Amino acid sequence: MLTATGRNDMTENLAEQLALLPEYFRGHLALTLIALVIGMVISIPLGVWAAQAPRVKRPLLTLVSIIQTFPSVAILALVVAMLGGRIGSLPAIIALVLYSMLPIVRNTVTGLENVAEEVVTAARGIGMSPRQILTKVRIPLALPVIIAGIRTAAVWTVGLATLSTLVGASSFGNYIFTGLQTRNLLAVTVGSLAAACMAVILDSLIGGIQWLAANRNTGAQTARYRAVKVLIMIGLTSVLVVSGYSLLPDRKVDLVIGGKGFTEQYIVAGAVEEVLQEAGFTTEQRLGLGSEVVFQATANNTIDVYLEYSGTVWSNLMNREDNPGREAVMSEVEAYLAAEHGMANLARLGFQNLYALAMRREQAERLGIRSISDLKPFAEGLVAGGDLEFFGRPEWISLRDTYRIDFAEKLTFDTTLMYTAIAEEQVDVIAAYTTDGRVAEFDLVILEDPLNAIPPYDGFLAVSGDAMDNRLFVETLSALAGKISDEVMRNANRLVDVENRPVTDGVRYIREALTE
Amino acid sequence: MIELQNVRKSYDGGKTFAVSDVSFRVRRGELLGLIGESGCGKTSTLKMINRLEQPSSGEILVNGENVRQQNAEQLRRNIGYVFQGIGLFPHYTVAENVCTVPELLAWPPSAVLERCRVVLELVGLAPAQFADRFPSQLSGGQQQRVGVARALAAQPELVLMDEPFGALDPITRADLQEEFKSIQRQLELTVIMVTHDMTEALLMADRIAVMNQGKVLQIGSPTELLNAPSDPYVRKLIEMPKRRADRLDQILDADSHRAERHD
Repeated sequence: MLTATGRNDMTENLAEQLALLPEYFRGHLALTLIALVIGMVISIPLGVWAAQAPRVKRPLLTLVSIIQTFPSVAILALVVAMLGGRIGSLPAIIALVLYSMLPIVRNTVTGLENVAEEVVTAARGIGMSPRQILTKVRIPLALPVIIAGIRTAAVWTVGLATLSTLVGASSFGNYIFTGLQTRNLLAVTVGSLAAACMAVILDSLIGGIQWLAANRNTGAQTARYRAVKVLIMIGLTSVLVVSGYSLLPDRKVDLVIGGKGFTEQYIVAGAVEEVLQEAGFTTEQRLGLGSEVVFQATANNTIDVYLEYSGTVWSNLMNREDNPGREAVMSEVEAYLAAEHGMANLARLGFQNLYALAMRREQAERLGIRSISDLKPFAEGLVAGGDLEFFGRPEWISLRDTYRIDFAEKLTFDTTLMYTAIAEEQVDVIAAYTTDGRVAEFDLVILEDPLNAIPPYDGFLAVSGDAMDNRLFVETLSALAGKISDEVMRNANRLVDVENRPVTDGVRYIREALTE
Repeated sequence: MIELQNVRKSYDGGKTFAVSDVSFRVRRGELLGLIGESGCGKTSTLKMINRLEQPSSGEILVNGENVRQQNAEQLRRNIGYVFQGIGLFPHYTVAENVCTVPELLAWPPSAVLERCRVVLELVGLAPAQFADRFPSQLSGGQQQRVGVARALAAQPELVLMDEPFGALDPITRADLQEEFKSIQRQLELTVIMVTHDMTEALLMADRIAVMNQGKVLQIGSPTELLNAPSDPYVRKLIEMPKRRADRLDQILDADSHRAERHD
């Protein structure tokens, strides 16, 4: 019975994932090919130039190597920032082009330099001009090496294109990032396999062209050469047809829903999308974005609405460290958003997602602990656990200084292991997220914070200035205000995080709560 | 046809001279052998004639015109050049290699094709069999035949050769030497051929210039060099083929004596 259900879930999940394949495939292929073509157009002439001018060569090769050493996520973030917060294909393509440059430039230089000296001398000796030597002799002879560079760049680009998801361009990365956040390993697998297949196909295709170029002298008459040539032609034609389809412009939608990369964000975005579609809007999701990216994109009206938290704006954007209380923070955040970015808080949903200390219910009741103040007398005998960054964050510093509290031991864990540790009584107190589904799963209680040591993290729908002019949109979404309590959010998260149900189940749960 | 006047070449700004004060003339239809060991300046001298190198001082006249005043690329297209390492273009077929210079000179395509056929036959390669092959599909001897055909394709009066047969096995080398000599006579080509092989020079050249340490020690016909070497170095160079020939005679004599006794 259980197995049968499990298998059905699995089939359903797979069907759901495969339904997304055409869109992600289109996005991924378009990003890869556009970036590769632009990369070639820029890098081959640069390589030719560098091979002719020793003074250019060293600095250029150093520069493209340095670009390569930048973490790819950082390059993406920097490109988005340089474009003034613009997200989507453009920053993704720019970053991919930057990454494709090293192998193409390097192989062009190497290929041109390694043309046999005696052949170049012969070309000079019979009266070819420098330009003729380049175009008739050196470039044709360097061709196999240059193509090898393009081949390397193609494989890298396919791999890196998965990161485009982080700046709001659809790719196989959507599978991977969504899957990682919502513990949908099937989605991660589908995404990784799809990207790997695309890499292998492009690699063999370009490898075939390289082989043809390298053997065009000796092999041109053999049957094998002709067979490979026919195969490559068929392959290239299909790639061209498919990419023609990939490059078709996207259909225009009314509204774009953004989101960061964790479960709660996927669920709320899903619910917001359904509500908007029922009101008659066409919509599109851009999820799994970095905090900074989604904010910038909304500020410049690329994204219309997403789930933001008051504390994030308060400390990350306004750089505030004080805590005047939940209401005061919310209203100052609203004023800041309107004044600085033309954005608005359309609906405060009701739940908070913040760091909070949590204990096993049984132990808390036994010791009579309900708030952090109650915890203080026992703290020196208790062991605390936090995620990898908690004990270095301002929230902990503030807790420690406000309550003058410290523990016998402070251990750091991966989040999943942290919950296991408290369940198995290896630690007594953990720093949990208030809306984390596992708080309910492991029967933990959240301790109150009467001194407001931790800034509030009210979940609210942040909306772009342009979208605020749309009355139907504003009416539709403001109806959600106060409809999602901590408990509702926590239970929805729990369905996905703990019970491994698809995000759509979490969305359905929230929707039921909304209609009540 | 060609005249070198006090030509000097330094690669280090005048501290040492790879070629110093070289003067000679080559007459129309003459084959001049330029001989010496590696580093004696013979290849540098050759390269200055078609401006692959620039002389540090001195003048070079081809057909009475100073090469300095000519466009280097135009000059090179009108002078055939056979290279030391053959230097065929590996990505071109035999026909494309041979046609390179006529095409650079923008001959009409039909003339290019016809010329290609003629020169391939001239160097003993059947066009039908060889025109579409690539250099890597040819033997060393066949490759150098293509090299010679390429040098002759644009009907130059003057051909420069830089150790053209050095990399070939002895039998192929001997064949090509003879064939080239007869082509040269037939077309009345003026040729300067750099070599380090005195036998080759003696067999092919009308006159031989012996170079050592950047200077021409003696210039004269093979007979003049054999009979009256003007310098110990020239004598030493000429002794070698002479001694070999003498030794060969002795062996042949001994064999014929032995054969006589057996009769």
